[in-house]
Amino acid sequence: MKDLAQQKQVRVKGEIAVWFSSLGLALGLVMIVALLGIIAYNGISVFWPKRVVQLELDTSKVEGLGNRSAIAGVITSQQNKSGNKSLTNPTEPVEEWQLFVGNKDQFGFSYKYFDQSAIQEVSQPEGLLILERAEYGNAIAYPVSITYANGDTVLADDPHFKSSLKALIQECHDRREKIRDLEYNEIGAINKELESLRLEQLKIERKSELTDSDRESLSRIENDRTRFESSFETLAAQARGLREHQESSKLLYRLASGEEVTLSIGNIYSFYYPNQLGFFGRVSIFVKHIVGFLIDEPREANTEGGVFPAIFGTFVMTLLMSIAVTPFGVLAAIYLREYANDGFFVRSVRIAINNLAGVPSIVFGVFGLGFFVYFVGGTIDQLFFSLKLPTPTFGTGGIIWASLTLALMTVPVVIVAAEEALASVSRGIRESSLACGASKWQTIQRVVLPASAPGILTGMILAMARGAGEVAPLMLVGVVKIAPSLPIDDQFPFIHFERKFMHLGFHIYDLGFQSPDSEASMPMVFATTLLLIVLIVMLNLVAIMIRNRLRRKYKTATF
Amino acid sequence: MNKDTVTESLPAEEESPEVLAPTEENYIAVKDYNFWYGKAKVLHDLNMEMPKQRVTALIGPSGCGKSTLLRNFNRMNDLVIEAHHKGDITIGGHSIYDPLIEVISLRKRIGMVFQKSNPFPKSIYENVVYSLRVAGKNKKSLLDEVAEKSLRAAALWDEVKDRLGESAFSLSGGQMQRLCIARAIANEPEVILMDEPCSALDPVATAKVEELINELKQKYTIVIVTHNMQQAARVSDKTAFFFLGKLIEYNDTKEIFLNPQNEQTEAYVSGRFG
Repeated sequence: MKDLAQQKQVRVKGEIAVWFSSLGLALGLVMIVALLGIIAYNGISVFWPKRVVQLELDTSKVEGLGNRSAIAGVITSQQNKSGNKSLTNPTEPVEEWQLFVGNKDQFGFSYKYFDQSAIQEVSQPEGLLILERAEYGNAIAYPVSITYANGDTVLADDPHFKSSLKALIQECHDRREKIRDLEYNEIGAINKELESLRLEQLKIERKSELTDSDRESLSRIENDRTRFESSFETLAAQARGLREHQESSKLLYRLASGEEVTLSIGNIYSFYYPNQLGFFGRVSIFVKHIVGFLIDEPREANTEGGVFPAIFGTFVMTLLMSIAVTPFGVLAAIYLREYANDGFFVRSVRIAINNLAGVPSIVFGVFGLGFFVYFVGGTIDQLFFSLKLPTPTFGTGGIIWASLTLALMTVPVVIVAAEEALASVSRGIRESSLACGASKWQTIQRVVLPASAPGILTGMILAMARGAGEVAPLMLVGVVKIAPSLPIDDQFPFIHFERKFMHLGFHIYDLGFQSPDSEASMPMVFATTLLLIVLIVMLNLVAIMIRNRLRRKYKTATF
Repeated sequence: MNKDTVTESLPAEEESPEVLAPTEENYIAVKDYNFWYGKAKVLHDLNMEMPKQRVTALIGPSGCGKSTLLRNFNRMNDLVIEAHHKGDITIGGHSIYDPLIEVISLRKRIGMVFQKSNPFPKSIYENVVYSLRVAGKNKKSLLDEVAEKSLRAAALWDEVKDRLGESAFSLSGGQMQRLCIARAIANEPEVILMDEPCSALDPVATAKVEELINELKQKYTIVIVTHNMQQAARVSDKTAFFFLGKLIEYNDTKEIFLNPQNEQTEAYVSGRFG
């Protein structure tokens, strides 16, 4: 009986431990799910077209609006006011509404709080229009009329109004593309030619004595330059002409508060009537917003438009980092695990590697700046790009330096994982290989490495997850707020290692903390965060799929 | 650590200045051989000779040193740090410790089959031709020929000829062990070492491997370590009984099992101890 009682006690103790440990897991899960849930909800709801309301206000109770008695906007939050309680009854909470009112050009702000007591009437007029503009964010207003360049007008109640506006916006969009093509490709190509002429001239002029052939080429350069400059002028004039054309037709609209505004169609990207949309109409706008976010370039200091350059930059940087870190880490692990004698030196190296994983990432950033950018990049500039100096080519932040800095930061993760993977390859399999007359290196190369490939890939996945989300070191070695061009494009040599790039993580920081209107950029912060998480998950999924394929291929013996 | 390199050794005639004339009877000869793992002495003054193209079985309780001796024939114990020896082992008249012989070329002459079948994470075909690949022989026609010959010799050809490109892990346990045997004989070794090759196999697979051993001894000299007395009796021509690192008795298999001279041997083979 006594034994039984003891057994029972032991069992109960175990159960408490089970509850306790499951509590830990549950807590972690709740936190992760909550975090992801908040990000996903806020990130996705940014794109959903919400209804627009018109408020009739008691002007005596609202500040900062002058004598405007009506205003239209999207309700973004309804909350109890903190601080200033109601004067008549201090304990009673006062509800206030936050509205996105848009029209920043007219109001000077785009978000505004209203006390509920100031709101006399709420309505959802069907005629309200949301305009996505090139400047000052969205406008929320009633359309009045379109004026064409030749003076024709179409009124808002005309049945052809929507289609005319759409056609005009499309026309301006096409023209905008044309301007972009002119400026980026054709004028860009001429600029490149002019730059190479300048370098050629510099090269000749730096010689101590000029020969006749030098003088000849100098005059040729001068000729070429005049030729290029004149074609530059022609193209620039073309672009100017197109730009002026963008301003030719106008839209007149009236705000809910009564002001009338004229806007040239060239400044409008798209429009929709939020209160006229059915469910499918809203879904189609939602999809359009998401696609625009993914493939467009940012506008207005990144607070509007898409994040394509940042997605691309993050992707390319993570890829370059993985390409750099994996061979480096695996070679180090092979030496440590297979060749080095386990002595004081190897033990200290191991400790150093583990500690390296704990060094703050900004320290790696500073090291990257000093070593990669200034020392390595500076040396490359001196050796190969000396003509361009003092303008640095590689001697300034660039995607290659950012990738290498992150590779350095994540190399401990790869070394540790690869070492474990190598250690888990059975002794029997190594001995079999040696017994077949293979040398040690042949054994490692042909048997041990393939068998440990899945484990090595696990290390790479961890490194990617850590590297892709890192921001601090990147700010020192190549990330910028707005990059004029992508690190990979259709211009020779296609991959531009020296270019600065945009990064989703930095984009989040920049939008959230460096932007002039944090209220306006908050939705973008959530959307970008969601996107960064999705991108990292996708990169990891690809790596995991590769790993599983390798596992199936190299699965170890069953006994 | 070990001195593995990929250089080929000199031709056999020039390897050793004092070539003993190997006879059929002393093809493998162990002379005054002692062996230590660090400070622990595991083999004591061994002297024995193993005949060519015969099967010699090494038996004895666990920890008696039989596997250690087997692993010394192809210098696998070189991998163990602080292992050292005194005395000599000759195979075909050449000392395996001759400084002129590279470990790698020694191992090319000696195939080994381990207790656990451990195919490489490669296809069946690549497993068989592995020893040729590492020797730098990559001619397709040669590899195909060797693969078929070895798999036929290991009695596996008919079972795998249509799936040579599949992973070696798709085979059953017995097939895997026969694949390891095919791998060990692909390089045409002179000696095959077998370290309890059937201990992880079911009786049917064991019978197949034993049959195979009987076939292989037409061509190869085989040394086998086994815990299975019946197996030793079935497959071997000579049997050596080890106890605590010493060679207790060594004789024709028939003699050891039917007429053991030593009390310990008798106790062990009759199953009264060990």
